Amino acid sequence: MVPVSYYLVLSGFLFACGVTGFLIKRNIITIFMSIELMLNGVNLSFVAFAAQWHQLSGQVFVFFVMVVAAAEAAVGLAIIIAVYRTRETLNVDQVNLLKL
Amino acid sequence: MLHLILFSVFGLICAAAAVNLLVQSHPINSALSLVVVMGSLAVEYLLLGAEFLAAVQVIVYAGAIMVLFVFVIMLLNAGREAQTKGSRVSLVIGIPGMLIGSVLMAWILILHSGTGSVEAGALPGPPREIAQLLFHQFLLPFEVTSILVLIAIMGAVVLAARPEALQRTEGKN
Repeated sequence: MVPVSYYLVLSGFLFACGVTGFLIKRNIITIFMSIELMLNGVNLSFVAFAAQWHQLSGQVFVFFVMVVAAAEAAVGLAIIIAVYRTRETLNVDQVNLLKL
Repeated sequence: MLHLILFSVFGLICAAAAVNLLVQSHPINSALSLVVVMGSLAVEYLLLGAEFLAAVQVIVYAGAIMVLFVFVIMLLNAGREAQTKGSRVSLVIGIPGMLIGSVLMAWILILHSGTGSVEAGALPGPPREIAQLLFHQFLLPFEVTSILVLIAIMGAVVLAARPEALQRTEGKN
């Protein structure tokens, strides 16, 4: 028997790590990975609450989150490639103009 | 007891890999620690009984999405990230903020969340049950996500294609 709150603490810690990575990292790919980390933290709390309330719909929501994350990763990485092609940098501090 | 031991071991691996993602300065090391995070999260899902989700987590997240990340890192030849003034400011503010936030969150969740405890495999989520829900109760959202994935595929092709290549195809039509 493990309290559900332990799972929630782990999920909250993963989310906090994701937010921190989003703030302190300067490489656009690492920032993107931090977003994936946040999504994973939320997924864990979905599954933990599904087990707590005996509702399978929580697991179905996680499935939908995974689909959206896959679509987001594909489009986001394509945008990163497009940005790199025009700016030749991955540092977000140097991507500060809307138009070249 | 075994449940608690397995939870703690894989939870610690997960948290350590998440911290390692922040500490490493080379993106490929961050990507590999993200794979470790996702693999150990799959074990946590198995402990909660979500066997279908554990399989999907390994296949979609640790497999497909991370391969995409590693591929892009190698394609763009991403090197060590440079330290700037902005990143030092955010280090000074971000790390204490994260520590305070997670300690506060853990304290509130453990003492005041009002949730019970679960056994190993508390809510089995076999593929049959998930499919039953997915194709009856959640049929409309499921179809909408399929359109979303289709649009994402086309968007990725349009965004990542070279401008010359796009112009050539337009010239043919």
